[in-house]
Amino acid sequence: MTAAPPVDPLADALLALRLFLIAPDKLGGLCLRGGGPARDLVIERLHEQHGQLRRLPPHVDDERLLGGVDIAASLAAGSTVRQRGILEKAGGTILIAAMAERMTEALAGRLAQQLDIAETGNRFGLVLLDDGIAEDEAPPAPLLERVAFICDLTRVAALDAPMPDASAIPIDAVAPLEDDALEGLAATAAALGVGSIRPLIFAAEAARAHASLQGREQPSTADLQASARLVLAPRATQLPPLEDEETPEPDRETGSDGERDQSDPGDRPLEDVMLEAAAAAIPPDLLAQLSSGKSKRRAHGSGGGRRRKSTVRGKPLGARPGMPRGGARLALIDSLRAAVPWQPLRRREAGLSERARLILHKQDLRVRRFEERAAKVTIFCVDASGSAAAARLAEAKGAVELMLAQAYTTRSEVALVAFRGTGAELLLPPTRSLTRARRALAELPGGGGTPLAAGLQAAREVAEAVELRGRTPSLVILTDGRANIAGDGSASRSRAAEDAHAAAKAIAVRGIEALVVDISPRSTPDTARLAQAMQARFLALPLADARRLHAAVGASTQARAA
Amino acid sequence: MARFPFSAIVAQDEMKQALLVSAIDPAIGGVMVFGDRGTGKSTAARALAGLLPPISAIKDCPYGCSKDDQARYPEVCGSGPLRKRAVPFVDLPLGATEDRVLGALDLERALRSGEKAFEPGLLAKAHRGFLYIDEINLLEDHLVDLLLDVAASGENVVEREGLSVRHPARFVLIGSGNPEEGELRPQLLDRFGLSVEVRTPADVADRVEIMRRCAAQERDPQGFADEWAEEDAKILHKVARGRKKIATMKVSEAVLADCAELCIAVGADGLRGELTLMRGAKALAALNGARAVRREHVIAIAPSALRHRLRRDVLDETGSTARIERAIDELFG
Repeated sequence: MTAAPPVDPLADALLALRLFLIAPDKLGGLCLRGGGPARDLVIERLHEQHGQLRRLPPHVDDERLLGGVDIAASLAAGSTVRQRGILEKAGGTILIAAMAERMTEALAGRLAQQLDIAETGNRFGLVLLDDGIAEDEAPPAPLLERVAFICDLTRVAALDAPMPDASAIPIDAVAPLEDDALEGLAATAAALGVGSIRPLIFAAEAARAHASLQGREQPSTADLQASARLVLAPRATQLPPLEDEETPEPDRETGSDGERDQSDPGDRPLEDVMLEAAAAAIPPDLLAQLSSGKSKRRAHGSGGGRRRKSTVRGKPLGARPGMPRGGARLALIDSLRAAVPWQPLRRREAGLSERARLILHKQDLRVRRFEERAAKVTIFCVDASGSAAAARLAEAKGAVELMLAQAYTTRSEVALVAFRGTGAELLLPPTRSLTRARRALAELPGGGGTPLAAGLQAAREVAEAVELRGRTPSLVILTDGRANIAGDGSASRSRAAEDAHAAAKAIAVRGIEALVVDISPRSTPDTARLAQAMQARFLALPLADARRLHAAVGASTQARAA
Repeated sequence: MARFPFSAIVAQDEMKQALLVSAIDPAIGGVMVFGDRGTGKSTAARALAGLLPPISAIKDCPYGCSKDDQARYPEVCGSGPLRKRAVPFVDLPLGATEDRVLGALDLERALRSGEKAFEPGLLAKAHRGFLYIDEINLLEDHLVDLLLDVAASGENVVEREGLSVRHPARFVLIGSGNPEEGELRPQLLDRFGLSVEVRTPADVADRVEIMRRCAAQERDPQGFADEWAEEDAKILHKVARGRKKIATMKVSEAVLADCAELCIAVGADGLRGELTLMRGAKALAALNGARAVRREHVIAIAPSALRHRLRRDVLDETGSTARIERAIDELFG
């Protein structure tokens, strides 16, 4: 595409901020991805423009969020003291959620619910600060759904973008969008693979806000373009079918490219003009992923990418009597609950008046209790090279599916790394969804060299990420052990074996539980040596079918756990 | 804020049908809605609660009990006169604790007067209304188990913290979730009466219509509600008529046989499928004002009633809906 003008992400973020400030009630808020000075600048501008900001720390609890009894104050005052929650008085303010990518699903759920039910005029704005680096780190999808703008500031080069001036005319003076404009937005969204309706509604509002900024009573094509770029493009899950060398699909309008005049979009369909504006703003890495047809990850959950299921380690089981020591945390509320019914009696016993303070005894103390059922993530690392015959690949696929079919009873998750050709890739990030797994597996191609080292390294990286999230990783490596591609991608059998050995050692050093399954028809000592370097269990399964493989993996990992 | 009118929801006919059917016969056991975000799931559920006529409940009863409830649970309700109140709609947040859901010791009263009192939870609030859980697949398992148990028994029994309370909690459970983000246990799915799959409308005209209506509603909620009041009244009339009719609705032997055959043909496990299919067909017939339950009602409700009960075959990629449709074609052609 040669057409669209270059997009300055910082200027766009500031424009998004301005539009949001024009209609905070209707545009929800914005998400700023990537830390650094660019984001500080945007926040600074926000401070200048809007007096009522409030930071929302990620650890905020329900009492503070929604209000409740202030226990400390109540005890001190001897009467009930209520505290108002942050959300209760949030109307008209803007909440800034730092580290939004680490936000728990519970908090996200509360905020989303509150955004949904708050009445017009009493809504709060939400600014999500997303410090995520890895691809699958993103703020909770329900919140990304409910903010109009998603701005990526990771690629800002210079800090010299000005803040757009305030609106020329009030937004109420701007007419609602005409039908053809709405149709254009809907078609653009469809072309970009934006399924959800909310972004569409945001886009329509954003176009009006942009018109009010420009002093137009009738929203124009430029307004729609801006809105498509700011609201729809960041949520794109597919490439718009424009004429492009990298796009394999034949295009319906080939030929118009040469005679197109950039400055006069008047005679082309509105949808195309908007699409073009949006396409220019689609992040380059997304383009790369999509054109290689690999990552479908963002295709689900409306632009957010999936996050982990839960951040609680084990499920809370309430409290039990005990002293808060040895790492056990005091459950204050439960302790008070336990003490409260005894108060009249204790006061009488102690000869104190009715107004006396709370009398706590040791046996009232309760400590928190969690069920430590750390979820297990089984990471399959599958050799999809030419030497591992296609049939074995099918078996591996079958075993993964069977593991997943059980996953919802065991609450475990499955991830899949495949290596072939010159590298390895994460085909399936840890998931419990059979639907996604099936799709990833169906797309798993076979053939090419055996970059064992790259495969092991990728698997270890996934395992480390899993550990960081408090899960227990367990590697299952299916290979014939015949490494022939070295760590740097060069074809050298001896170097490849060396690199694979080193990668295996790295897994052992990290203490990651592993199982190596030799899937070659004639077992060689290579694979066994690999397992040894990895301090992994070794299993030769020359004739296993999917079910036997699954049973073996299950038995092996259970033996480990016992 | 005036709620989005039920009749103004564009497309999503299966979801609307399932919700209305469950409003006619709450005993069917709730609706599970599968689908992506931004497809109007929660809007539809909220709209339905807003559509239904107010219920008459005992004044000051924290549970919103009816006269009948009062007779059954004299210890929990007051004895005040009856008052109209809106059909409750409770939105259960993901992070809800067991205390919030079940109810717990009233800390405030306990602190103030040392009195051991029960503070009703969300289940009490949802009595005679709707309990909506967005992303139910992300909810803690033990909470889901507890909710389904209460939904099935219609009664919340609290035995904890020295409290012993029993109160009515009959509600229509509406769950929603995206199967891409985690599966639900089959035992749990089976407890839902109906399930529907929603997709975002692919038709541009539909999407434009949705944007237009949302913008209109946002601009003038009351005016928009007035505009659709007549349509809503028609639906309400159908529901009211259906509720009256369902008591006397007969199910013929032939229809019962149809239900059984269909369940066997699709391989739906358990009796619950058959029962729900029959009940759903009955409620649908009542909703449509039919004289008797006919085969067409069975066919119309079958995907909703059976979709989530099919035995999962890991190696069969055919969607549940397609399997049911195939079976219907083969059986009833």
